[in-house]
Formats: sequence, structure tokens, C-alpha cells
Amino acid sequence: MATTKAETQALIDEVLQVYPEKARKVRAKHVAPNDPSLEKSKGCITSNRKSLPGVMTVRGCAYAGSKGVVWGPIKDMIHISHGPVGCGQYSRAGRRNYYTGTTGVDSFGTLNFTSDFQEKDVVFGGDKKLVKLLEEANQLFPLVKGFSVQSECPIGLIGDDIEAVARKSTVDLGKPVIAVRCEGFRGVSQSLGHHIANDALRDHVLGNRDDEEFPTTPYDVAIIGDYNIGGDAWSSRILLEEIGLRVVAQWSGDGTLAEMERTTKVKLNLVHCYRSMNYISRFMEEKYEIPWMEYNFFGPSKTEESLRAIAARFDETIQAKAEEVIARYRAQWQPVIDKYKPRLAGKKVMLYVGGLRPRHVIGAYEDLGMEVIGAGYEFAHNDDYDRTLKDLKEATLLYDDASAYELEEFVKRLKPDLVGSGIKEKYVFHKMGVAFRQMHSWDYSGPYHGFDGFAIFARDMDMAVNSPVWSQLKAPWLADADAPEAAVVNG
Amino acid sequence: MTQTVDNIRTGYALFGDADYQAMLARKTADCEDAASPEEVKKVFDWTTTAEYQELNFAREALTIDPAKACQPLGSVLCALGFEETLPYVHGSQGCVAYFRTYFNRHFKEPVACVSDSMTEDAAVFGGQQNIFDGLQNAVALYKPKMVAVSTTCMAEVIGDDLNAFITNAKKQGYLDESIPAPYAHTPSFVGSHLNGWDAMLEGVLRTFTLNQMDGKKVGSNGKINLVPGFETYLGNYKVLGRMLAEMGVETTMLSDPSSVLDTPADGEYRMYAGGTKLADVADAPNAITTILVQPWQITRSEKFIRETWNHEIPALAMPMGLAGTDAFLMKVSELTGKAIPASLAAERGRLVDMMADSHTWLHGKSFSLYGDPDFVMGLASFLLEIGAEPKHVFCNNGSKKWKKAMEKILAASPFGQQAEVYVGYDLWHLRSLLFTNKPDFLIGNSYGKFLQRDTLAKGKEFEVPLIRLGFPLFDRHHLHRQTTLGYEGAMSIVTTLTNAVLEKLDADTMTMGVTDYAFDLVR
Repeated sequence: MATTKAETQALIDEVLQVYPEKARKVRAKHVAPNDPSLEKSKGCITSNRKSLPGVMTVRGCAYAGSKGVVWGPIKDMIHISHGPVGCGQYSRAGRRNYYTGTTGVDSFGTLNFTSDFQEKDVVFGGDKKLVKLLEEANQLFPLVKGFSVQSECPIGLIGDDIEAVARKSTVDLGKPVIAVRCEGFRGVSQSLGHHIANDALRDHVLGNRDDEEFPTTPYDVAIIGDYNIGGDAWSSRILLEEIGLRVVAQWSGDGTLAEMERTTKVKLNLVHCYRSMNYISRFMEEKYEIPWMEYNFFGPSKTEESLRAIAARFDETIQAKAEEVIARYRAQWQPVIDKYKPRLAGKKVMLYVGGLRPRHVIGAYEDLGMEVIGAGYEFAHNDDYDRTLKDLKEATLLYDDASAYELEEFVKRLKPDLVGSGIKEKYVFHKMGVAFRQMHSWDYSGPYHGFDGFAIFARDMDMAVNSPVWSQLKAPWLADADAPEAAVVNG
Repeated sequence: MTQTVDNIRTGYALFGDADYQAMLARKTADCEDAASPEEVKKVFDWTTTAEYQELNFAREALTIDPAKACQPLGSVLCALGFEETLPYVHGSQGCVAYFRTYFNRHFKEPVACVSDSMTEDAAVFGGQQNIFDGLQNAVALYKPKMVAVSTTCMAEVIGDDLNAFITNAKKQGYLDESIPAPYAHTPSFVGSHLNGWDAMLEGVLRTFTLNQMDGKKVGSNGKINLVPGFETYLGNYKVLGRMLAEMGVETTMLSDPSSVLDTPADGEYRMYAGGTKLADVADAPNAITTILVQPWQITRSEKFIRETWNHEIPALAMPMGLAGTDAFLMKVSELTGKAIPASLAAERGRLVDMMADSHTWLHGKSFSLYGDPDFVMGLASFLLEIGAEPKHVFCNNGSKKWKKAMEKILAASPFGQQAEVYVGYDLWHLRSLLFTNKPDFLIGNSYGKFLQRDTLAKGKEFEVPLIRLGFPLFDRHHLHRQTTLGYEGAMSIVTTLTNAVLEKLDADTMTMGVTDYAFDLVR
């Protein structure tokens, strides 16, 4: 395995050789050996650029970033997938944003509301249909708190004025109706969808209750950028409450419109997924002078570090409680490490996830004695890589917007013990006999956040790495036969 | 602080603990501005009423929980079924991420498919440069024998012309002339995933046969072509060929993704595996005829096969259940002159034997079912054959013509008299019907689990258990490997239905000292 930057670069050059020249030049900027001495990642790796056509990017679209990530989990609103039927269907109930409530009555998270565009809607426009369907939804779901209109590709191409519809329907229905211009062709990935979604929340949600009397405390905080996948926000919230803080809002996992509207009254915004929600945090800092800080609740080392850093923003009572909580949970997580570290120490991990986790989970793996030997983001920006370089060793392989081809070739060459990525990658590596965990959905497990989540994380990584399945790939009568490694992807 | 190393609990178990429950209750009370439990209950109860159903069915613009997907999903599945073929979708890249994910979750298999990642500039200037670069990159990386191109709605709205773009790509050297690149325009605002499958097949057939008909002679290769349509049960690709092989009839399956979606875990990832040979596609006009396994979803290809190949396509229903399979085999026998062998008669006999064994548990039981048109019609027909009673026969993407045909089948059977047929309605409509006119069971895909949950929420006696048959099946493993067609498939369906009835009966009779007098060992 590569240990120097030159060796990593040689591996990169070899893998990129297959590309046509024009494409190879582009990709060469997105794949690099890590240089932890750099303050800015720009000198090392390029990100947030258009994906090359035809290379099998893993990326999704702006709609996925807005409806699928940011807006979708707000549970007491109805989010309309506005356009043809597919987008809403494919994104229905797939992300495991847990919430409490009575679905179809006061909560709507796993339902799929769509305008199911037909040809006539494309030709004549869909604004009238949108007005009508909002009325129908409001009638059939009287407890709904508001609506978002999540634009699919055609909306922005046919000249519909959904903003006008939203303004009028907001008055007519007496509930917020928010138009979101997250057409899938906008931008280069989900990331612009996050930004567009943040902007829509800024313009139409934040501040709606600024005049409301809402009793506040000096300890009010909001969780920003936790989508409660498998309950992550809950296993985080419980720790924040235990150290004496009051969580007023969750953005947006298990979130409600009221929570989001009242976020302007908190004392501190706690940002977990920086990539998808730094925008709204910066805005609240500018307009409402609410400071924000990033934190990391993956693995006990980072969780303790984060709890202390959060507590340091408050008075001594909070700091004392934080120390109490940290001491108390040691009794919980130390036995977890004692059990699993001997089984996992020295195991090598390659990560390829969205815009946060490739850096945020490094500490959790290290707590278990594992090493991250390759990491990359689907849709990160420079500032994410800035935050990543220092957490990885020199010459660690970095890949931005990796194609299916690249990821497979890198894994073949680096031979990790575990790959953490998404469902589209998962089964490729199962065929290759490489242990795999989905690091978007927690492979239908979780939560992974906080101390309670870490126990599950440790158990799951052990389950993957030490499954007896991986040693049984070769039929016994073929075990001795020469098995030359497939040289090309389609071997 | 609730985890212990010897009993690490996942969320579903963890969050039931008192500290989490108290936390969630505080969140609801203090932060959410939530409606009161009484109000929620009142509204929930209202949603189960006939009054609500009337409002629900009065919807004109809003679709809630559709039971259909969009065209390019179908074109991708069709493309996957050809030898070393790379599905290529021209348009926004997010669509391809969704298609792959959707199939990954159903088949638990890798799905190779590329997009040419059109963005704002392509929306303005058109996507020709994307297709040039996309084809060049895709072939360099993934070395396909064929690239099968379809479109997303973005490319359709701006009016990109695939024929011109692909021709230009070849002329200008972005795509080698020797690589076939069939294409299909698959606007997602027309029809459903079924139309996309049909359009892609037509594109493939056109590429290999439209200008190659000289020397082609109907019947000269002695084979029967089978067009499976949007088929997601791997066993169904195999069973039809197996039955015809037993008759001594050779077949060409026109799109067979059953191998590429079922590769072994042996250390090597195969992006391409099996699939219909391109040479067999070229030879397909020489077949005796072409049978459409799911005739209701194949229109464009049907027209092409009829008009270009001069095949007389037999009028057959999907070979699901007894009569459907009988008619299929007899037609093949008639077309080929080959007798139906004793082995198939015996297989049929075994199915009838199973139906006889199980009819006591299925007779008179009512089933609501939903899915794609041919599947629903085939399954409803089989229910009638065993004395079960279809109640709501639901097809989101069925046509009025299909509805009439379905009603005719139901009207002809004493067991179909109470059935109501719905086309163009969604699962939120079906939810109302399950409350106001309760069936014993619901048959459908994984989305049906939410309907079961909703009916249970009204009370145990209102619960409509879901039996999983259809697509997609995300929340149970390996069901996609099953067979639902032919006698073999009917055996599998009888087994599934009967045991669902028996499991429900066990659940209803399991209470110690209360209902367990009927908790019988022998059923």
C-alpha cells in the first residue's frame, strides 16, 4: 500500500490512465495524495465542479439536496414534489429521517405528495394545478402547518411562476407556502440544493415568529444539520439536555415548522452537517448575532471534545455538568472499546460519502484502532477539504466526486478491510468480497451519533469486518486455482 | 445512558427507554406547537370515514403515494438485459442516482448506469456536447458492446434530438461506429416506467433490424421471441424459457437482465453478465413469432414487431395462474407444432394439487391488490381460479381499456362479483377504501406496509395485512428471486397467500386461555 505521496500519486496516475485526455486532465485535479501541512486544500484538490458526463458519478441533484435532505424531514409540513412522478417516488421514505407523530394526520415525512406532471402540464404550465393541489392537500390534511413546493427539472424550463402561486396560496390557505427552486439541473450536485433550501428557509421561515412571546433561557441552542437518520439527532439531543442545555429546534430531522421559526431566539447554533447548513448558520450570525460552532458527535473522543467545547460557550454550571456527563458515559463506552478494539485494531477503511462524514467519522474509527487510508466526498467544497486534510495522514488517498470506476480501482489497489459508502457502491464491493457499510443510511441501523450511537457503530463495524461471509467466497475446489486479478472494471 | 456492551440496542429498541421517551415528550410539548392528542385522534378517525373518502376521491390535482414510477426507470431495466450493454441516460444526473438506488434496494445488486450530467448551460445550449463527452468517457471506462440511451424529462423539455446527437457523435469520432447506440425518448411526464421499458426495447429492435430486413424470413430460425416487459422477478425470466425448452422450443428473450442482476460473490465484480445476445436480437425477425408476456405495457414495440417483422402477435394474457399458463403453452404448441410434454402436464397437475390442498384457506377470502396492469390482471385471474375474491383491483398506470377488460374477467366469475376496478388512482385513495370496505388482505409492493400500519392504527380488527408481491420490494430480502409466472410461479403464489392466511389465523388465535382453543397444530 502507498506510503509516500509519490507512491500515492503513481497509483492515481495509473488508475486515471484509462480516461480520454480531456477527462483525465479534469479528474487529475480531483484526486490527490493528502498533504496535512496545507492550511487551504486548494493547493491539493479541486472540488464542487461539474461531474464529467458518462463516468458514472455517484452524485445526485439539487432536488435531492433540497427535498431529500433539508426540507423533507420537516415533519409537520407537506413537501410537494412538483413535476413528473419519478423524483418523489424514488426519494420517498428512503433516508430514514426518523420522526414521531401520526403520519398522514399531523406528520407527513414518509408520504409522497406530487403534482404528477403530464404532457399538458408541461405544455400549458402547472401553476393552476399547483394552486388546486395545495387547496386539496390543505383540505385533506387540516393539521398541516405549511407547504413547500420542491421544483423538479421541468418547472424551471417551462417558465412557471411558482413564487406567485406560493404568495397567493399563503394568503388563501393562511399557512406558509414556500416555493423552492431546486430543479435538478441546477448546480453540480446535491450541494446547490442544500444552499437553495437554506435560502428558502431564510426568506420564508426564519423570522416568522420574531414578534412572538416565547420564553427563553440562557441555555437555548439549536441542532443544525442533523437529519435524524436512524435517530441521530435524538441520541445527540439527549446529551445536550443532560449537560443542561435546552434544545429549541432540530434542523431538520424530526423538525417542525415552529421550531425552525423560533430558532432566531437561541443563544448558540450547533452545526453538525456544516456542508448542508452552514448557510443558514452564517445568516443567523449576521442578522441575529447568534454565534454558531461546529461539533462532532461520532465516537467518544470527538463527542467528549465537542461536549467540552460546547460547554465552554456557557457558564460553569454547564461546564460542570458536561464533565459529569463525560465521566458517567465513560463507564458506558470504555467497555465497548475494550470489546471491539482488539477485533478491529489495525483494520483499514476507505470512505466515500457526501459532504461531512468522510471527515467526521475518522475519530470514531480511530477510537476503535482503525485507520482511514482513503477518503473522498461526493459533493464537498474547498472548505470541507480544508477541514479534512489535517485529520488524515500524509499521502492518504483523497478522491473528490469519484466515478464508480475509480472507486473500484482504488479499492482493488489499496485493499481496505472495510469500505464505507452508499447503496450504489455497496453491492459492487460485496461481490469483490470487501466488507461494506452504508454510511448514508447506517445500513438500516443507527443511530451512530453520541455515546449511545457509538456502541451501535462499534458493533456494526465489527459485524461487517469480522463477518464469516468474506472468507467463504472461493469454492473449496477452486481455492488453490490461480485467480489473476481482473485488470479492468468489467473484467 | 442506556447502552450496555452485552446488549447494544439499535434505535428501534433504544428509543423506547424512559429517558428517550421523556425527552421526546418534552420536545413535543415544549417546541413543536403540536396538535393535542385528542385533535389528532379526531382527525385520524375522520380520515377513515366515507365522508373523507368522498373528499379524497374528489381530488383533481394532487397525487399522494402513487403506485408508478417514471419512464427512464423502465428504459434502464430494459437496457440492462442486453449483452454487455451500458444504460446511458441523457439529462440530469440526479435521475440516474435515483434509478440505480431504486434497483439496488430491490435487487440488492449493483446497477451500472451512466448519466451525461446536464446542467444549466446544457439547458440553454442543448445537451449535444454532453452526449459527445459522455459517450466517449463511458466507452473508455466501461468498455460496453452497446450503449442504450434514454432521456430524463430535462432533456425532453428542451427538445434534445437523440438521433441527431448520436449520429453526430459517431460522425465526429466521439463514439466508434461499431458500437450500437439504440435510443429512446422517455419523457417522465408521459405514462410510467412501463412506457420507458417499451420505448427502449423498440429502440434496440429498430437499431438491429429496421434496415436489416433483407433476407429475414418469419419462422426461419424456428424460435419464439419473448418480450418480458418491465419484469422484476428473476425467476420469471427463467421459467418461461424452461417451459418452452421442455417443449423443444427455442426462445429468444428480448431483454433478459436476470444474470446481470444475479451475479455471484466470488471476489470479482462483473459489470456485465449474460443478457440477450446482440446477434439474437438481429436474428429475432426470423422467429416464428413474438409473444408479449405483458401485453398491456407493450405498444410501441408491438407495432414495430408487427409492421417491420411481419409477426402475427398472438393475443395472450400474461401467463400467470392456471388458465393464463394453459393458454400460453397451447398457443406455443399451436405456433410451433410441438406438443406440450407430459412433464408440463404433470407440473400443471402438481399446481392443481396444491390449489386443492389450499383452497379451504383461500376460498372466499377477499384481497385488494395493486400494481402494474398485467401483474394485477394475472393475479386477479388466479385469485378467481382458486375461489378467492378480489375486492379492490387497483392499477395506477392502467388504461380505460384495461379497466374494461379487467371488469369483464371479474364479471365472468362468481368470485369476481364484489370486485371494484380502479385505474388512475393512488395509494391514498386505496387507503380510504381499505377503511370503508375492508378486505381480508392487501397484495402489493413494500409501500403497502404503510397502509397496513394505518389500518392497524384504527384498531386490531381493522388491520389489513400486506402480502408482498410486486415491485419494489425494499423491506424483505430476496423475494425478487421468486417466480410468479407459469405453473411454477402459481405454486409460489399459492404458498405465499395460504401461509399469509395461516399466519394471520395463528396471530388471531394465539392468546393463552382466551383464543388458543383454535390455535391448531394442524391446519
